[in-house]
Amino acid sequence: MRANCWEAPKHLKVQDVPDPKILNQSDAIVRITSTAICGSDLHLFNGFMPTMERGDILGHEFMGEVMEVGKNVKKLKVGDRVVVPFPIACGECWSCKNDLWSLCENSNPNAWIAEKMLGHLPAGVFGYSHMLGGFAGGQAEFARVPFADVGPMKVPEDLPDDKVLFLTDIFPTGYMGAEMCDIKAGDTIAVWGCGPVGQFAIASAKLLGAERVIAIDRVPFRLKIARERAGADVTINYEETNVREALKELTGGRGPDACIDAVGLEAHAPGVQGFYDKAKQSMRQESDRISALRQAIMACRNGGIISIVGVYGGFDDKFPLGSVMNRSLTIKTGQCHVHRYLKPLMEHIQRGDIDPSFVITHRMKLEDAPVGFDIFNHKEDDCLKVVLNP
Amino acid sequence: MGTEITRDTGQAGAWEPRSTSRRDKPTTRRSGGETSTKDAPSHYSETQSTEKDPVTQALGWFSIGLGVAELFAPRATARVIGLNEDEHTTLLRTYGLREIAAGVGILTRPKPTYWMWNRVLGDAIDLASLGKAMRSPENNKTRLTGASLAVLGVMALDVICSVSLTSEALPEGTRDDGSFTLAESSDGSVPLVSVITVNKPVEEVYQFWKNPENFSRFMDQIDSVRITSGRRAHWKVKGPPGLGIEFDAEIVTDTPNELISWESVDSAEIENSGTVRFRPAAGNRGTEIELQMNFKPKGGAVGQRIAKYFSAIPKTQMMNDLRRFKQIIELGEIVKSDATAVKGMHAAQPPQYSELEG
Repeated sequence: MRANCWEAPKHLKVQDVPDPKILNQSDAIVRITSTAICGSDLHLFNGFMPTMERGDILGHEFMGEVMEVGKNVKKLKVGDRVVVPFPIACGECWSCKNDLWSLCENSNPNAWIAEKMLGHLPAGVFGYSHMLGGFAGGQAEFARVPFADVGPMKVPEDLPDDKVLFLTDIFPTGYMGAEMCDIKAGDTIAVWGCGPVGQFAIASAKLLGAERVIAIDRVPFRLKIARERAGADVTINYEETNVREALKELTGGRGPDACIDAVGLEAHAPGVQGFYDKAKQSMRQESDRISALRQAIMACRNGGIISIVGVYGGFDDKFPLGSVMNRSLTIKTGQCHVHRYLKPLMEHIQRGDIDPSFVITHRMKLEDAPVGFDIFNHKEDDCLKVVLNP
Repeated sequence: MGTEITRDTGQAGAWEPRSTSRRDKPTTRRSGGETSTKDAPSHYSETQSTEKDPVTQALGWFSIGLGVAELFAPRATARVIGLNEDEHTTLLRTYGLREIAAGVGILTRPKPTYWMWNRVLGDAIDLASLGKAMRSPENNKTRLTGASLAVLGVMALDVICSVSLTSEALPEGTRDDGSFTLAESSDGSVPLVSVITVNKPVEEVYQFWKNPENFSRFMDQIDSVRITSGRRAHWKVKGPPGLGIEFDAEIVTDTPNELISWESVDSAEIENSGTVRFRPAAGNRGTEIELQMNFKPKGGAVGQRIAKYFSAIPKTQMMNDLRRFKQIIELGEIVKSDATAVKGMHAAQPPQYSELEG
């Protein structure tokens, strides 16, 4: 089959690889109909995630049709149309039983690497480094999906791929970002980053009853989508406006009740701070650039919540813990427990509360995946989300 | 707190079923006198933090002195020990850093066992380097011989201090006062302890471990375990053809739902023993399993301590074994990813049929 493989930082190649086969009896093989490039794939593309190997198939947002199932698969049948959550979860361990799916204790066969870097192990993830399991990803014609009865969710025939594809990652991730804000009547929520996850965080904060959502980015096109499609009430372009001053003025000096970081480890910042982080990261002296998170913490109101859904990888510099401690902030974070949100978010889609396809700006053939990465990475051509069709 | 970690508190022999004979050897006595670990639990913390043998202290300062000389005056150092001044400055500076690290470790750690053995290893490296230097005509052989003798003398002191520190090692467990210590072997064997929690009741977990033939399903290095008679089993350890190790082991303790332990019988290449303990995890979290393995390779105290430097690798291996056990008991099979379905390095892309075993 054809698959989009990581060759080296900033170098991808669509090439012929062996077809997937059943390796565990709970596996299913899925023929992929739609797959997407995630913002977090860019961290792999740019070489900021350790433990990538030449030839690794990328992609963790995919859906398709079940072609084959292992002997122990009971619920899923050949021909079913499914969306596949990006974390791989067994359904039997304590974490899975306690709704903490992205922390599955059994799905990461390279747990020992993760344990060395992170202390304890998170779940395996499709196409996301050897530290997270060494699973082939979904930017391919076919994929092997472990624990077929646990993760994949069947989708009704009347819903097109575009409307349900993002249940695999970015919609639940944005939703969990908003849910962690514990939104109450009258709350103002500020969202850093208007990439796809940021857009869904904005939309979800509105769904969950936020009084006002303020969106922060530097790309005018993304800020426009945030206002016109996701439902942001106010947007701030951080390259034109001092964000902390603006947030103070917008909130009577209190600061937003909760701040969502939908940026992650490759944050940009104007001026000296941005230069400092870029220099340190490029010399491998810090694993993440945390300028957006720093700003979110400093801006949050006393006693407020910092919700982190942007991806971070390691050990970070100039983390304002003093501000967190002295002002009683709460930090909530995690890789999205996608399995938890599949059903409720599907209901929102079916009721017409939201049509997740509003983020799609580019549609390409799988063969053009490297071009898609390049455009998305440079935010060229008003790119927000690339969907690939094998 | 540590109240949940219940062990046979303070009993030195609690870990190994038939270890009393080993522990009674004179080397296992504390250097301070007759007090055995059994009698004075509260004594440990005092000795650890305050008493440090003056010789150990002196060796620490010696390390720092030598290290500073090697680092900042490599040429002068080379002249004194008879090396060609121009050739070895970088190497000497590196050795200097090593000496300083060991010195700081010895002087600052309450119980610098690791750093003392680090000195022993360093001495061995120094001797090897001096030996190599002897072969070069550019160096002064008389001075090199003198330097080697000096290293040998210091090494003797290092070994004595290291062995004495090692013999003060404490058994793992929670003591009466609630303090918890990790295992350190007291008899020269390399103890490996790993723990895992599985989401299954104790009875089911115990039944699985009761049959040693199950071990080869998740222990990567074990080729097979075959029960030969009631309590005995024949173990085959994986290895290159003809070099695999085989031995017989016997179950020495079997307390249903609590503990199973075994020990190799007619000592093979490696004397070894294992203990697995089960306890219910509080609050319906399943069962905690604690596996301890002891390996006693040939080669005496020094060999074993050097072996301990590399014990991080078997410890990771052992933890991986326990994770595979968890997958078997929770899921019925070992979870494979595209990269791990194949031995050795493999990209995260589907393996070829020919690459898959079986």
